[in-house]
Amino acid sequence: MSVQPIVAQDTPALEAFIQRASGRGAALAEVGLPTRRVEAWRYTPLRSIADTAWTQAAPLASETVNALLNDLPLPESGARMVYGNGRLLEGLSAPLDVDQQAPGPISPLKGVFSATLNMALGEQGLDLHIPAGTDAELLTLISLSSGDTVSTHLQHRIVLEDGASLTLYDVNAGEGRYIANPRFDIVVGKGATLRHIKLQRESLSGTHLAIVSADVSEKGEYDSFTLNQGGNLARHEAVVTLKAPHAMVHVNGVQIVDGQRLNDLTSMIHHAAPDGSSRQTVKTVLSDAGQGVFQGKILVDRVAQKTDGYQMNQALLLSEKAQINSKPELEIYADDVKCSHGATVGALDDEQLFYLRSRGVPEAQARDILVRAFLIDALDLVADEALRDLLVRSMAS
Amino acid sequence: MPAVTETRETVEKLAKSSYEWGFETDIEMDIAPKGLNEETVRLISERKGEPQWMLDWRLKAFRAWLEMEEPTWAHIHHPPIDYQDAHYFAQPKKKPGPKSLDEVDPELLKTYAKLGIPLHEQALLAGVEGAEEARLPVAVDAVFDSVSVATTFRKTLAEAGVIFCPISEAIREHPELVRKYLGTVVPVSDNFFGALNSAVFTDGSFVYIPEGVRCPMELSTYFRINARNTGQFERTLIIAEDRATVSYLEGCTAPQRDENQLHAAVVELIAMEDASIKYSTVQNWYPGDDEGRGGIYNFVTKRGICRGARSKISWTQVETGSAITWKYPSCVLAGEGSVGEFYSVAVTNNHQQADTGTKMIHLAPNTRSTIIAKTISAGQSDSTYRGLVRMQPKARNARNFTQCDSLLIGDQCGAHTVPYIESRNMTARVEHEATTSKISEDQLFYCRSRGLSEEDAVGLIVNGFCREVLKELPMEFAVEAQKLLQISLEGSVG
Repeated sequence: MSVQPIVAQDTPALEAFIQRASGRGAALAEVGLPTRRVEAWRYTPLRSIADTAWTQAAPLASETVNALLNDLPLPESGARMVYGNGRLLEGLSAPLDVDQQAPGPISPLKGVFSATLNMALGEQGLDLHIPAGTDAELLTLISLSSGDTVSTHLQHRIVLEDGASLTLYDVNAGEGRYIANPRFDIVVGKGATLRHIKLQRESLSGTHLAIVSADVSEKGEYDSFTLNQGGNLARHEAVVTLKAPHAMVHVNGVQIVDGQRLNDLTSMIHHAAPDGSSRQTVKTVLSDAGQGVFQGKILVDRVAQKTDGYQMNQALLLSEKAQINSKPELEIYADDVKCSHGATVGALDDEQLFYLRSRGVPEAQARDILVRAFLIDALDLVADEALRDLLVRSMAS
Repeated sequence: MPAVTETRETVEKLAKSSYEWGFETDIEMDIAPKGLNEETVRLISERKGEPQWMLDWRLKAFRAWLEMEEPTWAHIHHPPIDYQDAHYFAQPKKKPGPKSLDEVDPELLKTYAKLGIPLHEQALLAGVEGAEEARLPVAVDAVFDSVSVATTFRKTLAEAGVIFCPISEAIREHPELVRKYLGTVVPVSDNFFGALNSAVFTDGSFVYIPEGVRCPMELSTYFRINARNTGQFERTLIIAEDRATVSYLEGCTAPQRDENQLHAAVVELIAMEDASIKYSTVQNWYPGDDEGRGGIYNFVTKRGICRGARSKISWTQVETGSAITWKYPSCVLAGEGSVGEFYSVAVTNNHQQADTGTKMIHLAPNTRSTIIAKTISAGQSDSTYRGLVRMQPKARNARNFTQCDSLLIGDQCGAHTVPYIESRNMTARVEHEATTSKISEDQLFYCRSRGLSEEDAVGLIVNGFCREVLKELPMEFAVEAQKLLQISLEGSVG
């Protein structure tokens, strides 16, 4: 019997990555570049990156950095770390006043392509240890990319010790054709809280392959929100594990996709301990020939009794050529749980449009109002009002 | 929580309930040697007296199968299947028709009796001459180990112009119809198990309802797996011409045995303009013993196409048996305004594994589909709903509603939901909701406080949980289905 390969092993992209990785490329060679026959990538083809030999990015010119920064909705104060093409730009950064430790080991997340690629080519990013009981407030992380056929692979490790808290505003932008492949390895200690607010507005010819893993301890909270707005092909992937009882997780997001672009929000919420709760609301608005992907899995282990899981994903199609592929998934091995998910796909409601038109609201404005109304209950989940305003501003631009 | 402990205990008790309809009939068989190769395919075709085109079709399927890989994406685990270690053909030896029931093989009669087939109907099934006087509103095509032993009520149906016969006979007597439609819904190279079936299917049912005819009775097939080590490969083809209506029932029981048996059926439904096909299944094959040994492996491809405008295909299934169920009855909605429905109850217990669901492919404008799937897992079993709803670019104003509910009984089982939602048309609307929970303590307490035993209380709640699906079944089956639910969850879920 002939066996078709499900991963492409001999693409220029993969060969170049493995060569660049020198000694670290074995796992990547084994995982290969997934094709659409790999279940996790069936809706998000990586063809657009397969034929390019991606090289290491050169340092960014300061005019490029300034031009990109000027374009971004950023908070006026607070700690700030700016990376350009995988390098820390110290002149623009104002680190948090906490211990910077030697880089900890990043967990490999075996079999996950974005993580394996990052492990092979990783560049040093944040290494934060927020001490027990400390509220570190806000840190803005800005990752800029620029160039042609280059790739960056930042590795961030964030450890919140017991009772610590931090709000991380994670902004991604760039110009040109590049791959941004950031990796976040997050540990949330007992009773600690990490709010991870992400704005993804990569270049419209850029590729964004982010992978976040977060381990949450007892009564810890990982509260994330991702606004997927840019990139030719962009996937935000989160693997969140509720490791100890009473952990709480939010993996929310909004995706706004137009042109010929594809945005993808993929998550795996793993309840590995009892009494955990997880909430997920993801809304996608699609216009032109935009493609949206949502893949959300909730896995409940046998020990994770009294789990409370809820997941809602909704898509709004605004044009004939737009496309949504959605796969909400429940895998449940514990009996005393409450898990549900819902999904809807549809266009704007004609009756609602008619109602607004009959009150004298012009069509374009009426549509705008309805789209905003559709998104509002997802956006409202961003607790930090100032950051929420920045995201809304980003959506308007 | 005492109730939880009790539930667990009753579930354990349930593991001890044995398969009530496990028995084996001793009938002389004409059996092909073990193994699968081109010669096997040729042998089957030759024994069935098939024309050359049919053999060519089978060989095409066989060659496609050789190139295919066994799918591994389903949430099931089993030791590798040795396709060479099975007989692919078993036929009861032909005898001249008996004069009365006394002359009929007593073993066969016993089987019918255990299946609850009434006496006069047994006579018909056994081919007793002159037995056609007794008329019932149900026509039964008994598939007794791959070959239809007898088909009843042919005359009544023939008067209405309905063809209801074994597919082997249809190949001989209505080759133009079979040739026109066979493999048009499930092509020979559609999937691994479908291709296998196309190559080696031995028999099945063929139904043709001509234009404007409402089939005068419910059509029914009892499937039985009987000979040791004979994989069953049934092929069913149902065609409803313009404005035709038919309701088809498929029911299964199987004798107890200790070797895993492979079953890979293919069912194809074709509904033309304004036609309606209702296909109901109650599946109760041997699920294996307490340890999960010896149950049936059931890999089924069922698909219907609504070719004509305003046509309708409705699948209803109650799945309680088999060690492994791999089954996705689907609808291709190609006719404008056509309707697809899927109602399913899947019950797994002990070590059973079920991966079942549906596909609704909306190709045309104003098409509608409804999916109601109820999953009940007990013991150490795993049950998965896997479904696809796809709105193609031309499916303007198409609608889908999906509801998947899972009930877990005991903390050693699993329930999973894997829906795929793909929409390429902005005017199409898709709604999906799924829940997973256990039997509510409040409901149990309420029933118990009214004097119901725990067993009856759980039974009541489970029946209520499945009601939306059970009410879709034809009367004859609804009763049997409720009984099956009780047997399946015996001990705890009465």
